[in-house]
Amino acid sequence: MPLIYKFTSVWGNHEGSMLLWVLILALFGASVAAFGRNLPATLKANVLAVQSWIACSFYLFILMTSNPFTRLSPAPFEGRDLNPILQDIGLAVHPPLLYLGYVGFSIAFSFAMAALIEGRIDAAWARWVRPWTLAAWMFLTVGIAMGSYWAYYELGWGGFWFWDPVENASLMPWIAGTALLHSAVVMEKRNALKVWTLLLAILAFSLSLIGTFLVRSGVLTSVHTFASDPTRGVFILGILVFFIGGGLTLFAWRAPLLKQGGLFAPVSREGALVFNNLFLTTACLTVFVGTLYPLALESITGEKISVGAPFFNLTFAPLFIPLLCAMPFGPLLAWKRGDVLGVAQRLMAAFGIGIVAIAVTFAAMGMGSVLAPFGIGLAFYVMAGALTDLVERTGLFRMPLAMVSRRAAGMPRSAWGTAVAHFGMAVTLLGIVCASTWGVERIVALKPSQAVSLAGYDLTFDGMIQRSGSNYRELVATFTVRQDGNVIGQLEPSKRSFAARSSSTTEAALMTRGVSQLYMSLGDVNDDGSIAVRVYFKPLVLLIWLGSLVMMLGGALSLSDRRLRIGAPKPARKPARPAMQPAE
Amino acid sequence: MRRLALFALLAALLMPGAGYAVTPDEVLKDPALEARARHLSQELRCMVCQNQSIDDSDAPLAKDLRLLVRERLVKGDSDGQVLDFLVARYGEFVLLKPPFQPQTLLLWGLSPLVLLIGIGALFVMARRRKTVALEPAALSSEEKRKIAALAERETADH
Repeated sequence: MPLIYKFTSVWGNHEGSMLLWVLILALFGASVAAFGRNLPATLKANVLAVQSWIACSFYLFILMTSNPFTRLSPAPFEGRDLNPILQDIGLAVHPPLLYLGYVGFSIAFSFAMAALIEGRIDAAWARWVRPWTLAAWMFLTVGIAMGSYWAYYELGWGGFWFWDPVENASLMPWIAGTALLHSAVVMEKRNALKVWTLLLAILAFSLSLIGTFLVRSGVLTSVHTFASDPTRGVFILGILVFFIGGGLTLFAWRAPLLKQGGLFAPVSREGALVFNNLFLTTACLTVFVGTLYPLALESITGEKISVGAPFFNLTFAPLFIPLLCAMPFGPLLAWKRGDVLGVAQRLMAAFGIGIVAIAVTFAAMGMGSVLAPFGIGLAFYVMAGALTDLVERTGLFRMPLAMVSRRAAGMPRSAWGTAVAHFGMAVTLLGIVCASTWGVERIVALKPSQAVSLAGYDLTFDGMIQRSGSNYRELVATFTVRQDGNVIGQLEPSKRSFAARSSSTTEAALMTRGVSQLYMSLGDVNDDGSIAVRVYFKPLVLLIWLGSLVMMLGGALSLSDRRLRIGAPKPARKPARPAMQPAE
Repeated sequence: MRRLALFALLAALLMPGAGYAVTPDEVLKDPALEARARHLSQELRCMVCQNQSIDDSDAPLAKDLRLLVRERLVKGDSDGQVLDFLVARYGEFVLLKPPFQPQTLLLWGLSPLVLLIGIGALFVMARRRKTVALEPAALSSEEKRKIAALAERETADH
């Protein structure tokens, strides 16, 4: 097995992954202690105390139910290797990223607990919590995107999101974290939404814990496997009840004591962020109910139902449409009291671009599905909206260039971050709409020298060859890809057999054309020498993951904002002290 | 040579099982019918798998179900009739989108309900807030002490 997978095998199993969990928890806790020099002493002490509570409970869990250092006697002659489908660079880094996200929210949780214990919370609190939340959110964004890309090319049927409970488990904290980021802005700028922000901080971490629980306890496979070996599951359930229950109890008890501040009109930046929070929370709830309902129903009534992709597509997507429609409005609305009509006027160009995109798509594809052109239009409108925000702020097209560049340089990084992250969201949307609407698929059986064509590409089956890798042997089908008669490359989908586990995987072959991809996966080899193949053309599919990288970049820009770095507003002329940077 | 033979044997053993979902021999001649079959397959659960539709699964049971769906469609069943037939045979567990029933009331209804309540609550709050006056938060004793200390230092400096 290649060396890197020997390392990543550590978190390829239950005990090791819990070890990784507490390692990251310890790192986060230590960073708060090390970089939190500007925190008030009592707040810092409380935050670290709550962190230690979390750490202790997980240490106890590992010690009592999942000892990673158990001796195997007699020692096996040869290990079993990592599960072959996990032997992949994408999945090697996916768990650490995901855990960095999950565990990062523990800091927000600890800050929330500390604030509740002290019975005091203000704008400065939001400023201290935001960098940690942002960092966690960024890691989670990339972690989810990477997991999705892995599923896309490794599982062999070209889907990028399956609404699998394991995926949902990571999506829920992401949505809650996104909501938290937005409401923390209101709190930082306007000292409002305090109680709600605290609740979101508790929820984001609770959902992270629930995610860990769902994946780790085996409850997803079946309620029965959970019941047959309940030690671990019950222990994690105990941790869940303690922290979520405890957190919410403390919240219910202390939150009414917090003073509300910062009034705002319903139509205002704050109002827009409340709108965002309402829809994000509902979307999160939808995923939550859909994921856990079958479990709950089965354990209460014994009745088995399935909740899968068709349910989520129907219920989740409609919640994101109003959210995306409102997205360009948010950053353009003024604080306290905004002017919808004024903003709509400034967004005229964005509306125009969206409508043109809809019209062009309709013209190009004829009167087919209504959803696809609308989705494209929405994506372009949100992108144009994000650019409008930048144009407005920098004064581009209105002022001389020197002035514009000065204004661009002087613009807070968090404003850049907002525009970039919103743009990234639209890029992802564009990828999803295009890949799922105009994807072409062919399922054929081919003999050597026969060809299949789709989307303007001709793929000729040349033959089968055998190869051996470091710890596997593979049967490779080679295909020559031609476009307009010219050879543009080779596709080599394969089947790998891993001796150590006597199991095999199907390796899809990908050819990237711009941001679109040709995708081929190998099926059965028939007796007559023909092979079955599944070929896809996925237009603009890479935008899905590029969009998430852009979102992460937005987060990074926002994280580098000096207000967050320093923790409090200070005169701009003094050089910022680099030591105050939050840990990555 | 022995290794190669072993590999060939392994490959022969593994190949049929490790295929992927829909195979070429299942595909119907009529593209419209096939498209309907694929769409229906995505709505149906492979009952021996974890959260996979029969369209995605390579389990033998999924293949049987796919063939069954196609058989019914060729016989002229409507999409609804095919689903009813499968539900009658395998129970509601086979549907990936559960029907709206008393026991799925919360599943379908909770999110819209929460959304409506949320919107309602915002309306009420927006109305009530108009009548509340804004007053700055009072300083805590800690803050007062700090300010006093700062003021003292300021006067000491001069």
